[in-house]
Amino acid sequence: MAVIEVEGLWKIFGGDPERARERAREGVSKAEVKAETGSVIAVNDATFEVREQEIFVVMGLSGSGKSTLLRCINRLIEPTFGTVEVHGEDVTAYDDEQLRDIRRTKMSMVFQNFGLFPHRSVLGNVEYGLEVAGMSKSEREEKARRTLDLVGLEGYEESRPSELSGGMQQRVGLARALVNDPEILLMDEAFSALDPLIRDEMQNELLQLQEMWDPAATILFITHDLDEALKMGDRIAIMKDGELAQVGTPTEILTNPADEYVRSFVENVNRTKVLQARTVVRDPRDEEEARLRTDSPSVHPRAPLAEILPTVLKSDQPVAVRNGQGDLKGVVSRSALMEEVTRNAGVDLEEEAVEEAVTAQAS
Amino acid sequence: MDLNIGAAFEALIDWLKTNFEGFFEVAATAIGSTTEGLEDVLLLLPSWVMILLFTALAWWVASRGVALFTLVGMGLLDSYEFALFGTEIAVGMGYWEITMETLALILSSTLLSLLIGIPLGIWAAKSDTVDAIIRPVLDFMQTMPAFVYLIPAVVLFGLGTVPGVIATFIFATPPCVRLTNLGIRQVSEEAIEAAQSFGSTPTQMLFKVELPMALPTILAGINQTVLLALSMVVIAALIGSGGLGDPVVQGIQQLQIATGFEGGLAIVILAIFLDRVTQAIGERAGSTAQAA
Repeated sequence: MAVIEVEGLWKIFGGDPERARERAREGVSKAEVKAETGSVIAVNDATFEVREQEIFVVMGLSGSGKSTLLRCINRLIEPTFGTVEVHGEDVTAYDDEQLRDIRRTKMSMVFQNFGLFPHRSVLGNVEYGLEVAGMSKSEREEKARRTLDLVGLEGYEESRPSELSGGMQQRVGLARALVNDPEILLMDEAFSALDPLIRDEMQNELLQLQEMWDPAATILFITHDLDEALKMGDRIAIMKDGELAQVGTPTEILTNPADEYVRSFVENVNRTKVLQARTVVRDPRDEEEARLRTDSPSVHPRAPLAEILPTVLKSDQPVAVRNGQGDLKGVVSRSALMEEVTRNAGVDLEEEAVEEAVTAQAS
Repeated sequence: MDLNIGAAFEALIDWLKTNFEGFFEVAATAIGSTTEGLEDVLLLLPSWVMILLFTALAWWVASRGVALFTLVGMGLLDSYEFALFGTEIAVGMGYWEITMETLALILSSTLLSLLIGIPLGIWAAKSDTVDAIIRPVLDFMQTMPAFVYLIPAVVLFGLGTVPGVIATFIFATPPCVRLTNLGIRQVSEEAIEAAQSFGSTPTQMLFKVELPMALPTILAGINQTVLLALSMVVIAALIGSGGLGDPVVQGIQQLQIATGFEGGLAIVILAIFLDRVTQAIGERAGSTAQAA
């Protein structure tokens, strides 16, 4: 079921938005529209939906409009045209009071440079959302402490944000966003400012948290990093010059790039390292159920294909896929895995063969 | 037609005086009684007790060095007579009472500056239009020679402490407005967005995020306001505001080097004390509100 439905969303800065939209619809390029109308088109007719409890990644290079798009969802930036619906309610029609209410109870946001309040302690930062919503001191403090424990920051409650490392600061940012149990988590390049190792750690922790939560949040995740998009995303939208070039699962994006732009992004990707077990999983058949109930070798749904390859190849039967909690998510069969691993290898071989032939002829 | 700017301004002041007499009377009473009240409080305790209190304050907010300076400097402002080996000795300048008069004038004009300057600064930070209007007015207030607006101040408020406070207020308010404006505009865009994204009302935003994060800058503005107020002391003395300006004015008029120097030195001592103490308060706030 869709939690967020974005329909025909435009964000046009300055100039004459009506005319800019007309011209853009006629196929005029962004630069020409700017020269003609003085308007900058940041988001160009975006339509997509985010489904319940999925991680939906919007990937694009800087200036592609992805952060603007995200801010249109919670209206930190007002959309120029189009609608954003959350559970079927049009957020763009909300008045200030309704908007504050949805921000306090349903949606929260994590920022690229953390956006922490330097004059407040770590605890004070995490309490902020509950405080403005009017929760009593003792109640919000208890919730904030619990959330800080969850992100591994117990003992730092009274520290100032400036005393913490970048990774820890973003944990504070994450705790601040999680403290009111939001249904929707908006993450704006949340891990981009971190060191690669810390980033990896935070990604894994977010995935773990997502697994543990009940009900899990729906996450809209913005990034410029394809590896991150493929690792985190249940579905990915690739954005270019304000337009969505393609929306699909990691497998779809890697296998069937919609255009040259997406293809140029994904062509050098090592599929076995970025595609995860969950992309080749299928539901267990009835006759397999009994066997899977007992302890058998299993793989994690987020494990890369390269990592599960030995386990699956060694087993005569399909291997169970279980998450960190031990819940059965399905099985991976040897044939499904091999098909996925070799899918593009064949194409590559052909291309190489052609190239070889061409060079042979030329010489 | 002869367009006389000066005459037009005079007509404006006359018009204000006749039409808003009641307002100016109320304002004069409020300012006058605030200043007198502060003076009474400052002179309530014996001078040596006050000196120790100021020293303790300096030690607490600033440092031991500032405390030592306060003890010695303020001590010089007072006077002591004692007998040593049968000789009568008198030390100190004996300016304690007029120093407290000056301090009261500075405190009440600074209070007025903050009361009007901080809200104005907030408004200017929120609205570019207001900012554009206020900016030249502030320039005018700061560059117009202070003697010039003494005249209308006297016309509207009469001689004494009140026009002194008003003239000091006009001269000392601009940095408070400017730095409040600057401080709020400097709050990081991401912190503002974060506060918004968690559902803050505009009031919550102002009091929970913008003002606390702008506080170090605002305090720097207050420090400037206090020092500018002190620099008006001599000019205020010309219209009968009393205080430490009196010996300086007397020194000039009667060519008394000794009196003039003592008055000047007393002002410097008070200035250094006020500067170090307000600066230390600003630094304290700065270390807690430091940008991450």
